[in-house]
Amino acid sequence: MTLAVFTFYVFSTIVILAGLLTVLSRNPVHSVLWLILAFFTSAGLFVLLGAEFVAMLLVIVYVGAVAVLFLFVVMMLDVDFAELKAEMARFMPVAMLIGVVLLMELGLVFGVWNFADQAGDLRQAVTPSLSEAHNTQALGEIVYTQYIYLFQAAGLILLVAMIGAIVLTLRHRPNIKRQNIVAQINRDPAQAMELKNVKPGQGL
Amino acid sequence: MGELLGNYLPILVFLGIAIGLGLVLLLAAAVIAVRNPDPEKVSAYECGFNAFDDARMKFDVRFYLVSILFIIFDLEIAFLFPWAVAFKDVGLLGFWSMIVFLAVLTIGFAYEWKKGALEWE
Repeated sequence: MTLAVFTFYVFSTIVILAGLLTVLSRNPVHSVLWLILAFFTSAGLFVLLGAEFVAMLLVIVYVGAVAVLFLFVVMMLDVDFAELKAEMARFMPVAMLIGVVLLMELGLVFGVWNFADQAGDLRQAVTPSLSEAHNTQALGEIVYTQYIYLFQAAGLILLVAMIGAIVLTLRHRPNIKRQNIVAQINRDPAQAMELKNVKPGQGL
Repeated sequence: MGELLGNYLPILVFLGIAIGLGLVLLLAAAVIAVRNPDPEKVSAYECGFNAFDDARMKFDVRFYLVSILFIIFDLEIAFLFPWAVAFKDVGLLGFWSMIVFLAVLTIGFAYEWKKGALEWE
Protein backbone atom coordinates (compact mmCIF):
# COMPACT_ATOMS: atom_id res chain seq x y z
CA MET A 1 0.00 0.00 0.00
CA THR A 2 1.56 3.25 -1.10
CA LEU A 3 1.44 6.42 0.94
CA ALA A 4 -1.13 7.96 -1.44
CA VAL A 5 -3.51 5.03 -1.01
CA PHE A 6 -3.02 5.08 2.75
CA THR A 7 -3.72 8.83 2.84
CA PHE A 8 -6.81 8.30 0.74
CA TYR A 9 -8.22 5.79 3.21
CA VAL A 10 -7.41 8.00 6.19
CA PHE A 11 -9.02 11.05 4.57
CA SER A 12 -12.11 9.22 3.38
CA THR A 13 -12.65 7.66 6.80
CA ILE A 14 -12.41 11.11 8.38
CA VAL A 15 -14.82 12.59 5.80
CA ILE A 16 -17.42 9.90 6.45
CA LEU A 17 -17.05 10.15 10.22
CA ALA A 18 -17.25 13.94 10.14
CA GLY A 19 -20.32 13.79 7.90
CA LEU A 20 -21.97 11.33 10.25
CA LEU A 21 -21.19 13.48 13.27
CA THR A 22 -22.51 16.55 11.42
CA VAL A 23 -25.85 14.82 11.24
CA LEU A 24 -25.79 13.23 14.67
CA SER A 25 -24.42 16.04 16.83
CA ARG A 26 -26.90 17.34 19.35
CA ASN A 27 -25.51 20.85 19.35
CA PRO A 28 -25.91 22.56 15.94
CA VAL A 29 -22.73 24.58 16.48
CA HIS A 30 -20.75 21.36 16.95
CA SER A 31 -22.23 19.92 13.79
CA VAL A 32 -21.07 22.98 11.85
CA LEU A 33 -17.56 22.41 13.23
CA TRP A 34 -17.72 18.78 12.07
CA LEU A 35 -18.86 20.09 8.68
CA ILE A 36 -15.75 22.25 8.48
CA LEU A 37 -13.62 19.18 9.20
CA ALA A 38 -15.45 17.35 6.40
CA PHE A 39 -14.71 20.23 3.99
CA PHE A 40 -11.04 20.26 4.95
CA THR A 41 -10.58 16.54 4.45
CA SER A 42 -12.49 16.64 1.16
CA ALA A 43 -9.97 19.25 0.06
CA GLY A 44 -7.30 16.67 0.89
CA LEU A 45 -9.14 14.11 -1.25
CA PHE A 46 -9.24 16.57 -4.16
CA VAL A 47 -5.49 17.04 -3.88
CA LEU A 48 -5.10 13.26 -4.07
CA LEU A 49 -7.17 13.32 -7.28
CA GLY A 50 -4.80 15.92 -8.70
CA ALA A 51 -7.41 18.68 -8.64
CA GLU A 52 -5.36 21.25 -6.77
CA PHE A 53 -7.35 24.30 -7.73
CA VAL A 54 -10.66 22.81 -6.62
CA ALA A 55 -9.05 21.76 -3.35
CA MET A 56 -7.83 25.28 -2.65
CA LEU A 57 -11.23 26.71 -3.62
CA LEU A 58 -12.86 24.33 -1.18
CA VAL A 59 -10.62 25.65 1.58
CA ILE A 60 -11.01 29.31 0.65
CA VAL A 61 -14.70 29.42 -0.22
CA TYR A 62 -16.27 26.68 1.86
CA VAL A 63 -14.15 26.66 4.97
CA GLY A 64 -13.45 30.37 4.92
CA ALA A 65 -16.85 31.69 4.02
CA VAL A 66 -19.72 29.25 3.85
CA ALA A 67 -18.83 27.63 7.15
CA VAL A 68 -18.70 31.04 8.81
CA LEU A 69 -22.06 31.77 7.25
CA PHE A 70 -23.45 28.50 8.61
CA LEU A 71 -22.19 29.47 12.04
CA PHE A 72 -24.00 32.78 11.78
CA VAL A 73 -27.21 31.09 10.66
CA VAL A 74 -26.98 28.58 13.48
CA MET A 75 -26.36 31.33 15.99
CA MET A 76 -29.17 33.46 14.64
CA LEU A 77 -31.64 30.69 15.25
CA ASP A 78 -32.55 30.57 18.89
CA VAL A 79 -31.00 27.27 19.82
CA ASP A 80 -33.48 25.85 22.29
CA PHE A 81 -32.68 22.18 22.64
CA ALA A 82 -35.85 21.06 24.41
CA GLU A 83 -37.97 22.67 21.72
CA LEU A 84 -35.79 21.24 18.98
CA LYS A 85 -36.31 17.75 20.30
CA ALA A 86 -40.07 18.12 20.43
CA GLU A 87 -40.07 19.45 16.86
CA MET A 88 -37.90 16.55 15.76
CA ALA A 89 -40.39 13.94 16.92
CA ARG A 90 -43.12 15.75 15.01
CA PHE A 91 -41.23 15.89 11.70
CA MET A 92 -39.58 12.48 11.98
CA PRO A 93 -42.05 10.60 9.72
CA VAL A 94 -41.70 13.14 6.90
CA ALA A 95 -37.92 13.11 7.24
CA MET A 96 -37.88 9.31 7.15
CA LEU A 97 -40.06 9.32 4.04
CA ILE A 98 -37.75 11.76 2.25
CA GLY A 99 -34.74 9.69 3.32
CA VAL A 100 -36.25 6.48 1.98
CA VAL A 101 -37.19 8.14 -1.34
CA LEU A 102 -33.66 9.52 -1.67
CA LEU A 103 -32.15 6.13 -0.90
CA MET A 104 -34.36 4.43 -3.49
CA GLU A 105 -33.46 7.01 -6.12
CA LEU A 106 -29.77 6.51 -5.43
CA GLY A 107 -30.27 2.74 -5.66
CA LEU A 108 -32.02 3.12 -9.01
CA VAL A 109 -29.23 5.30 -10.35
CA PHE A 110 -26.47 2.94 -9.24
CA GLY A 111 -28.40 -0.13 -10.36
CA VAL A 112 -28.66 0.87 -14.01
CA TRP A 113 -25.45 2.90 -14.25
CA ASN A 114 -23.19 2.06 -17.13
CA PHE A 115 -20.54 4.16 -18.79
CA ALA A 116 -20.90 5.13 -22.43
CA ASP A 117 -18.01 3.90 -24.55
CA GLN A 118 -16.83 7.42 -25.37
CA ALA A 119 -17.23 8.77 -21.82
CA GLY A 120 -13.60 8.37 -20.83
CA ASP A 121 -12.29 9.96 -24.01
CA LEU A 122 -14.78 12.82 -23.83
CA ARG A 123 -13.69 13.62 -20.32
CA GLN A 124 -10.05 13.50 -21.29
CA ALA A 125 -10.58 15.73 -24.32
CA VAL A 126 -11.82 18.73 -22.36
CA THR A 127 -8.67 19.42 -20.39
CA PRO A 128 -5.02 18.91 -21.17
CA SER A 129 -3.35 16.19 -19.13
CA LEU A 130 -1.63 17.07 -15.88
CA SER A 131 1.82 16.72 -17.37
CA GLU A 132 1.13 19.43 -19.97
CA ALA A 133 -0.56 22.10 -17.92
CA HIS A 134 -1.41 22.31 -14.26
CA ASN A 135 -4.95 22.67 -13.04
CA THR A 136 -5.32 26.40 -12.73
CA GLN A 137 -3.83 26.94 -16.17
CA ALA A 138 -6.11 24.32 -17.73
CA LEU A 139 -9.18 25.90 -16.14
CA GLY A 140 -8.14 29.39 -17.13
CA GLU A 141 -7.74 28.37 -20.74
CA ILE A 142 -11.35 27.25 -21.14
CA VAL A 143 -13.50 29.05 -18.57
CA TYR A 144 -13.18 32.55 -20.02
CA THR A 145 -13.40 31.71 -23.73
CA GLN A 146 -15.05 28.36 -24.38
CA TYR A 147 -17.56 28.69 -21.54
CA ILE A 148 -17.95 32.45 -21.75
CA TYR A 149 -21.77 32.43 -21.50
CA LEU A 150 -21.74 30.30 -18.36
CA PHE A 151 -19.03 32.53 -16.93
CA GLN A 152 -21.09 35.67 -17.54
CA ALA A 153 -24.15 33.91 -16.11
CA ALA A 154 -22.10 33.22 -12.96
CA GLY A 155 -21.34 36.94 -12.76
CA LEU A 156 -25.03 37.79 -13.06
CA ILE A 157 -25.93 35.24 -10.39
CA LEU A 158 -23.40 36.83 -8.04
CA LEU A 159 -24.93 40.24 -8.79
CA VAL A 160 -28.43 38.93 -8.04
CA ALA A 161 -27.15 37.36 -4.80
CA MET A 162 -25.56 40.63 -3.76
CA ILE A 163 -28.66 42.71 -4.48
CA GLY A 164 -30.93 40.08 -2.94
CA ALA A 165 -28.94 39.99 0.30
CA ILE A 166 -29.04 43.77 0.55
CA VAL A 167 -32.75 44.03 -0.23
CA LEU A 168 -33.65 41.28 2.23
CA THR A 169 -31.51 42.17 5.21
CA LEU A 170 -30.63 45.85 5.05
CA ARG A 171 -32.83 47.84 7.36
CA HIS A 172 -31.90 51.40 8.06
CA ARG A 173 -32.82 52.32 11.54
CA PRO A 174 -34.34 55.75 11.87
CA ASN A 175 -33.24 58.11 14.65
CA ILE A 176 -29.62 57.03 14.51
CA LYS A 177 -27.01 59.73 14.20
CA ARG A 178 -24.63 59.04 11.37
CA GLN A 179 -21.33 60.65 10.61
CA ASN A 180 -21.46 62.79 7.48
CA ILE A 181 -17.82 63.49 6.74
CA VAL A 182 -18.42 65.93 3.88
CA ALA A 183 -20.69 68.05 6.04
CA GLN A 184 -18.13 67.97 8.85
CA ILE A 185 -15.29 69.10 6.63
CA ASN A 186 -17.31 71.83 4.96
CA ARG A 187 -18.34 73.35 8.25
CA ASP A 188 -16.74 76.66 9.04
CA PRO A 189 -17.06 78.99 12.03
CA ALA A 190 -19.59 81.14 10.20
CA GLN A 191 -22.00 78.21 9.92
CA ALA A 192 -21.14 76.65 13.24
CA MET A 193 -21.94 79.49 15.53
CA GLU A 194 -24.20 82.39 15.66
CA LEU A 195 -23.69 85.37 17.90
CA LYS A 196 -26.77 86.77 19.51
CA ASN A 197 -26.86 90.00 21.27
CA VAL A 198 -28.99 89.23 24.28
CA LYS A 199 -30.52 92.20 25.94
CA PRO A 200 -30.36 92.19 29.72
CA GLY A 201 -33.54 91.05 31.35
CA GLN A 202 -34.92 89.37 28.22
CA GLY A 203 -34.63 85.90 26.77
CA LEU A 204 -33.88 85.04 23.16
CA MET B 1 0.66 12.84 -10.85
CA GLY B 2 3.28 11.28 -8.58
CA GLU B 3 5.28 14.48 -8.77
CA LEU B 4 2.24 16.54 -7.82
CA LEU B 5 1.55 14.42 -4.76
CA GLY B 6 5.24 14.55 -3.87
CA ASN B 7 4.94 18.32 -3.71
CA TYR B 8 2.20 17.94 -1.15
CA LEU B 9 4.11 15.52 1.05
CA PRO B 10 5.51 18.24 3.36
CA ILE B 11 1.94 19.44 3.99
CA LEU B 12 0.93 15.91 4.91
CA VAL B 13 3.89 15.63 7.28
CA PHE B 14 2.99 19.01 8.76
CA LEU B 15 -0.62 17.89 9.18
CA GLY B 16 0.50 14.71 10.93
CA ILE B 17 2.76 16.64 13.32
CA ALA B 18 0.04 19.20 14.01
CA ILE B 19 -2.56 16.53 14.81
CA GLY B 20 -0.05 14.61 16.93
CA LEU B 21 1.01 17.71 18.86
CA GLY B 22 -2.61 18.74 19.39
CA LEU B 23 -3.46 15.31 20.75
CA VAL B 24 -0.41 15.31 23.03
CA LEU B 25 -1.33 18.71 24.48
CA LEU B 26 -4.96 17.75 25.02
CA LEU B 27 -4.12 14.41 26.59
CA ALA B 28 -1.37 15.89 28.74
CA ALA B 29 -3.87 18.38 30.12
CA ALA B 30 -6.26 15.55 30.84
CA VAL B 31 -3.69 13.24 32.40
CA ILE B 32 -1.04 15.33 34.13
CA ALA B 33 -2.81 18.52 35.18
CA VAL B 34 -4.07 18.89 38.73
CA ARG B 35 -7.83 18.91 38.78
CA ASN B 36 -9.73 20.15 41.75
CA PRO B 37 -13.08 21.44 40.51
CA ASP B 38 -15.36 23.55 42.61
CA PRO B 39 -18.70 25.09 41.58
CA GLU B 40 -17.31 28.59 42.07
CA LYS B 41 -14.15 27.83 40.11
CA VAL B 42 -15.87 26.35 37.06
CA SER B 43 -18.72 28.87 36.82
CA ALA B 44 -18.60 31.55 34.13
CA TYR B 45 -16.71 34.63 35.21
CA GLU B 46 -18.17 37.94 34.16
CA CYS B 47 -16.23 40.74 35.82
CA GLY B 48 -17.08 39.55 39.30
CA PHE B 49 -20.86 39.41 39.16
CA ASN B 50 -23.12 36.57 38.07
CA ALA B 51 -23.64 36.08 34.35
CA PHE B 52 -26.54 38.15 33.03
CA ASP B 53 -27.60 35.93 30.20
CA ASP B 54 -26.91 32.83 28.18
CA ALA B 55 -24.11 33.14 25.64
CA ARG B 56 -26.35 31.52 22.99
CA MET B 57 -28.10 34.70 22.04
CA LYS B 58 -29.18 35.76 18.60
CA PHE B 59 -26.78 37.64 16.40
CA ASP B 60 -27.62 40.85 14.64
CA VAL B 61 -28.65 40.20 11.04
CA ARG B 62 -26.10 42.77 9.86
CA PHE B 63 -23.27 40.31 10.52
CA TYR B 64 -24.97 38.02 8.04
CA LEU B 65 -25.08 40.76 5.41
CA VAL B 66 -21.37 41.51 5.88
CA SER B 67 -20.39 37.86 5.55
CA ILE B 68 -22.57 37.23 2.49
CA LEU B 69 -21.06 40.26 0.75
CA PHE B 70 -17.63 38.92 1.71
CA ILE B 71 -18.42 35.55 0.14
CA ILE B 72 -19.53 37.14 -3.12
CA PHE B 73 -16.30 39.07 -3.49
CA ASP B 74 -14.40 35.98 -2.37
CA LEU B 75 -15.89 34.09 -5.31
CA GLU B 76 -15.09 36.96 -7.64
CA ILE B 77 -11.45 36.73 -6.59
CA ALA B 78 -11.56 32.94 -7.04
CA PHE B 79 -12.48 33.53 -10.68
CA LEU B 80 -9.57 35.93 -11.07
CA PHE B 81 -6.90 33.35 -10.20
CA PRO B 82 -7.15 31.05 -13.26
CA TRP B 83 -7.57 34.12 -15.45
CA ALA B 84 -4.34 35.60 -14.15
CA VAL B 85 -2.49 32.29 -14.54
CA ALA B 86 -3.71 31.71 -18.10
CA PHE B 87 -3.59 35.39 -19.05
CA LYS B 88 -1.14 34.89 -21.94
CA ASP B 89 -3.33 32.20 -23.52
CA VAL B 90 -6.88 33.52 -23.16
CA GLY B 91 -6.49 36.23 -25.79
CA LEU B 92 -8.65 39.28 -26.32
CA LEU B 93 -11.95 37.42 -25.82
CA GLY B 94 -10.85 36.06 -22.45
CA PHE B 95 -9.61 39.49 -21.41
CA TRP B 96 -12.87 41.26 -22.26
CA SER B 97 -15.05 38.53 -20.82
CA MET B 98 -13.33 39.05 -17.48
CA ILE B 99 -13.69 42.84 -17.79
CA VAL B 100 -17.44 42.44 -18.39
CA PHE B 101 -17.66 40.06 -15.41
CA LEU B 102 -15.88 42.59 -13.22
CA ALA B 103 -18.07 45.40 -14.56
CA VAL B 104 -21.24 43.50 -13.64
CA LEU B 105 -19.95 42.99 -10.11
CA THR B 106 -18.82 46.60 -9.91
CA ILE B 107 -22.43 47.61 -10.59
CA GLY B 108 -23.38 45.52 -7.56
CA PHE B 109 -20.59 47.12 -5.55
CA ALA B 110 -21.75 50.62 -6.51
CA TYR B 111 -25.30 49.61 -5.54
CA GLU B 112 -24.30 48.38 -2.11
CA TRP B 113 -22.12 51.39 -1.50
CA LYS B 114 -24.94 53.73 -2.49
CA LYS B 115 -27.41 51.80 -0.34
CA GLY B 116 -25.12 52.11 2.64
CA ALA B 117 -24.77 48.36 3.14
CA LEU B 118 -21.10 48.85 3.97
CA GLU B 119 -21.81 51.27 6.78
CA TRP B 120 -22.30 50.17 10.34
CA GLU B 121 -24.45 53.11 11.47
